Amino acid sequence: MLPELSEERARERIAKKIASELEDGALVNLGIGIPQLVPDYVPQNIRLILQTENGVINAGPTSEKKDLRIIDAGGVPVSVLPGGAFISSELSFAVMRGGHIDVTILGALEVDGEGSLANWMIPQQRVPGMGGAMDIVAGAKRVYVATRHFDKNGRCKLVRKCGLPLTGRGVVDVIVTEYCVIRNTYGRMVVTEIANDASLQTLLDKTEMRLDVSAELKRSRF
Amino acid sequence: MAKPFIKPLISPEEAAAMVKPGSSLMVGGFNYGGAPYTIIDALCRGEARDIDLICVDTSYFQTKVPGPVGVARLVTDGRLRSLVASHIGLNKRTQELYTKGELKIELIPMGTFVERIRAGGAGLGGILTPTGVDTVYEEGRETIELDGRRYIIEKPLKADIAFIRAYKADAAGNLVYYGTNRNFNPTMATAAEKVVAEVDEVLPLGAIAPDDVVTPGIFIDALVLKGEGEYAART
Repeated sequence: MLPELSEERARERIAKKIASELEDGALVNLGIGIPQLVPDYVPQNIRLILQTENGVINAGPTSEKKDLRIIDAGGVPVSVLPGGAFISSELSFAVMRGGHIDVTILGALEVDGEGSLANWMIPQQRVPGMGGAMDIVAGAKRVYVATRHFDKNGRCKLVRKCGLPLTGRGVVDVIVTEYCVIRNTYGRMVVTEIANDASLQTLLDKTEMRLDVSAELKRSRF
Repeated sequence: MAKPFIKPLISPEEAAAMVKPGSSLMVGGFNYGGAPYTIIDALCRGEARDIDLICVDTSYFQTKVPGPVGVARLVTDGRLRSLVASHIGLNKRTQELYTKGELKIELIPMGTFVERIRAGGAGLGGILTPTGVDTVYEEGRETIELDGRRYIIEKPLKADIAFIRAYKADAAGNLVYYGTNRNFNPTMATAAEKVVAEVDEVLPLGAIAPDDVVTPGIFIDALVLKGEGEYAART
């Protein structure tokens, strides 16, 4: 069995799980959607430094001041925490591509058994342009994918091979869904942790991606 | 011709008139932030057409926002001949033109976009980037393998004119920026023949300490004061 979860509860489980893995002092870049929830669940003793691709280092929560001259990549006014900086796009992308981001957390349309990620376009439907998506996967030290296990039509988003155009090939390190944590281990996708309310067999049966199961599989509360 | 040391303060209309049919034009900004709205508004009131625009996105034109914002109007008014951009997801008209193939649009990764402009301003013949390797973006592009890693070869981007947004200038055109309004502006300042900066205020010569200058005035041709338009005033 895999428990049916509300959208809100599923997103919370994913965000909380990723938050528990982040290191103090990590320079982190967040994608749109579930990734943006992660900072809310980071333990008090862990300080993340959030980077926004449009040029904030050490971005804080949404700003009450509504100063439209200080925004995040989605256009939302943000605060800048003490010790922060504003940088140009040139430097911001040097930070992203140059291996200075410790962790990026991204959403997915599809992620596959080779660790490839598709999250930027659906041909003939949605063609927004790749923006910074290809740069961040090319340069971040660790790429986390935060995604629901199944899409709204019940199709597994963890596929054998991406059908949608790739953002990057073999770039994903860790996939976290509402049911499990999967780590890219030398090119094999290994389930290392599973929610204690989920059945491993059902998970394996319903996941299109070829999965291995860690000998030290951990069961935990999601 | 050398640029004047003391920069003329010109009207937005004078700045807009620099753009001729067939001009290539860089415009600073990211999302709605840090764009030279007052100059863009003047450009949209003028005659300019067949513009080759280089701008990271095409701002907002979607159901949530009434009317096209900033450079979005250059798209909706049909003033472009071509566009180099990275993200057009907030402008439904640009997406429509792209999908139907009605405007020559090159969509490139954002880091590639800015580095191509940097290469243009820095006199480089191009750049090598790992971004986009093994994706559809690589198709039709030249690659090179160096030290075991494959890179896409990208050419520099330059323009006839750049319109940028800064916070304050001194009389010599030295610029400082505010918050995330900085974005592509300092890089674009280096990569165009003529560069006009829209600013909140022009300070006396020397009022900005040399250590604080982000873009030195040597790149700047003229200054325009920001106007009272809705976005100009709030950003």
